[in-house]
Amino acid sequence: MATHEFAAQAHAHAAPQGFIRKWIFSLDHKVIGLQYFFLALTAVLVGMFLSLLMRIHLIWPTVPLPLLGEIKPETYLSLLTMHGTIMVFFVLTTAPQGGFGNYFLPIQIGAPDMAFPVLNMLSFWTTFLGFVVLLPAFFVTGGAPLHGWTGYAPLSALQSAGPGEGLGADLWIISIAIFCIGALMGALNFITTTLDMRAKGMTMMRMPLTCWAWFITAILGLLAFGVLLSAGILLLMDRNLGTSFFLPLVTVNGQLTGHKGGSPLLWQHLFWFFGHPEVYIAILPAMGLCSQLLSVFSRKPIFGYKAMVYAMLSIGFLGFMVWGHHMFMSGMSPYTAFAFSIMTMAIGVPSAIKTFNWLGTLWRGKLRFTSPMLFAIGFVSLFVTGGISGPFLAQPVLDIYLHETYFVIAHFHLIMGVASIFGIFAATYYWFPKMFGRMMNETLGKLHFWLTFVGAYAIFMPMHYYGMAAGLRRYSQGTEVAWIQHLLPLQKFITIAAFVTIASQFIFVFNLFWSMKKGKKASDNPWEATTLEWTTATPPPHDNFGGKTPVVRNGPYEYSVPGASRDFVMQSDEEIKKKH
Amino acid sequence: MGLVLLLVIWLITLVSTYLFIAKTWWLPVGASAAAAGIDHHFTTTFILMGAVFVAAQLALGWFAWKYREGGASSKGAEYSHGNVTLEALWTVLTIVLFVGMNLMSRSIWASERFDSAKPGAVQVEVTGMQFAWYFRYPGPDAKFGATKPELEDASLGSAGALGLDSNDPASKDDVVSGVMVVPVNREIEVILRAHDVIHSFFVPAMRFKQDAVPGLAIHMHFTPIQTGEYEMACAELCGLGHYKMHGIVKVVSQEEFDQWLAAREAEKQ
Repeated sequence: MATHEFAAQAHAHAAPQGFIRKWIFSLDHKVIGLQYFFLALTAVLVGMFLSLLMRIHLIWPTVPLPLLGEIKPETYLSLLTMHGTIMVFFVLTTAPQGGFGNYFLPIQIGAPDMAFPVLNMLSFWTTFLGFVVLLPAFFVTGGAPLHGWTGYAPLSALQSAGPGEGLGADLWIISIAIFCIGALMGALNFITTTLDMRAKGMTMMRMPLTCWAWFITAILGLLAFGVLLSAGILLLMDRNLGTSFFLPLVTVNGQLTGHKGGSPLLWQHLFWFFGHPEVYIAILPAMGLCSQLLSVFSRKPIFGYKAMVYAMLSIGFLGFMVWGHHMFMSGMSPYTAFAFSIMTMAIGVPSAIKTFNWLGTLWRGKLRFTSPMLFAIGFVSLFVTGGISGPFLAQPVLDIYLHETYFVIAHFHLIMGVASIFGIFAATYYWFPKMFGRMMNETLGKLHFWLTFVGAYAIFMPMHYYGMAAGLRRYSQGTEVAWIQHLLPLQKFITIAAFVTIASQFIFVFNLFWSMKKGKKASDNPWEATTLEWTTATPPPHDNFGGKTPVVRNGPYEYSVPGASRDFVMQSDEEIKKKH
Repeated sequence: MGLVLLLVIWLITLVSTYLFIAKTWWLPVGASAAAAGIDHHFTTTFILMGAVFVAAQLALGWFAWKYREGGASSKGAEYSHGNVTLEALWTVLTIVLFVGMNLMSRSIWASERFDSAKPGAVQVEVTGMQFAWYFRYPGPDAKFGATKPELEDASLGSAGALGLDSNDPASKDDVVSGVMVVPVNREIEVILRAHDVIHSFFVPAMRFKQDAVPGLAIHMHFTPIQTGEYEMACAELCGLGHYKMHGIVKVVSQEEFDQWLAAREAEKQ
């Protein structure tokens, strides 16, 4: 493919000299991938700390904390807003796509770098700026916004609607807008790279499922973040320039606000047009990765490669037609609810196909329980558990009752939060040797898995019960409403589980940094895997393949091929003779 | 390791399933005409999805143990890229399951939301504002009087909080209450409004929830079938006092309702 070779040459650039060009303003996709990874790691520690404060407040609302004092109801709402925003944008979107996607997409398709290295650098620094703008919201007058990560107008559009809705809310919107710009640049780069930079022989249908996932995620990002960016700008104008996109005639405390004619539902439509695909932006890379890992560590080809690709494509496609299922109770036409409901249930079909295929991959395999494999199996379990609560919420008639309860919290935390995080953990354990040249400690990895796996269930399973008993989310205290008071024992249990689970994450953090210095030296292909990143040096050289452009002759998951000299055939090995 | 995975996954599955089935935490007893149908569909969905949950988790644990490297069944992995017949089979099965479930619940949704309240329903206007609910009854003239945003003043009591225009003749007999009182076995037409931000009117026992949105008057209906006091609460984040924006829906007999309304009318005069 002449065009591919041309593209590869056009974007080759010399290895940088000097610390700043090499590690700060680097054009190397691998360094940028690491930058995204460490940004997400920082963000997840902040987000986790906020959730810990929330958990403490929920069971001891008036107990003063060291340095922070008593957490007030409005502070609790700020905590949940910032927790959601940080986790969704700066962790779940940043780590799997920006981090691992950046590092491994080019290597897995046999390219020397991303298509637009400068744009790649800019997208990271834009994302970083977004994070830097967000954090000060805690420290400005009034504190961080209390309108939740969904930022429903008019609450988010009126400075007088509550503490935190002043400068804090402006910083929140600006941060998200900046993030969107970074994500859009990244999406363009991922799409172009996948389409134009594949090595000879790397047809689309020979791409690892990880690459398919990053590619589809990038398309979703390109279509979704533009809408959120526009909505954010309109919201900023409503707040500061007197426009009324999202504001009808509203009064706060009997005082007229001067706005009229806008629609609060417009914000919800725009937000969820982004917000629902965002769920898949978070989970698709984890799906791709776990498919890959189940195949590698079952020593077996992935079950139904094509079905997996089509399932991801249909999830991506359908993901844009279901946003209204967040709005069954919003006052939107009840007729549209029926349409949105059918489309949402339809998404269950490709999701179920994927689950069947994961089980099919394990079936008659030869399972190796490494840390990445454990997290991949954990992912499947959590994906199933988070998935089966979906059809409850997707049916408007049941959503009447469950909407805005902890049942929803359990559902989306399991499926887009914890399952995706398990994908990130699996990716870290799996690719760490390639990125840092050393293995992570397996004993610590397994300990981390068991504590996190059981801990995640201990935290989120009881939330289903809490929600079924009508326990409402975003309630800073359960002391006022009688039926919620009765549920306090569940909250106590969840808080204890959260303490243990959060504490066990430091095993991971320790393992990560300790292994960089002290881990066992890694060979080039420690997992005996087949994809291209395992054909090159560890860590890979600046141009990924040391001047040799790989040629691909096989599919990505050729394990236990009969008659082969070893139990895996790499993508660049001699072509497997297919029996006809 | 395979055995530990099997045990842990199976244990988590069985314990959580038991806690669902034991109904230690469950929906409160329904007190509206629609509750039985909704609960029935909830149970159907619960059984179907519960079966999928248990089957998938048990299979995952089982495979982890059975196909572990070095295990009895794992001499070598099978070289297989999948099975189109099986793919087609489970695709069709899931389509039938999901679409079927959806169609089953269609009629309940339609009767709840497509149809408006029948003539003769008891009208109650429910207005949410930070952080209180107000309930307004149109009085003997069956007409709600005009409200004006510029007249809103909560210091003048409930009617003031709504900005009721006393110059409008229709407003003279309007009753505004901090508690929702409704007669049993009558259809209640609820007209939802909000002044400042979005609130949501949630009465768990009635299986009723609907957002109140500034700028919109949303018409809904439900029929209480059991007398008693039912707590309601705001179910849409509305600001710092969200957690204490709750109230009582009091379902009484028709006679008690008429007496209550007449007494409120008398207080006004």
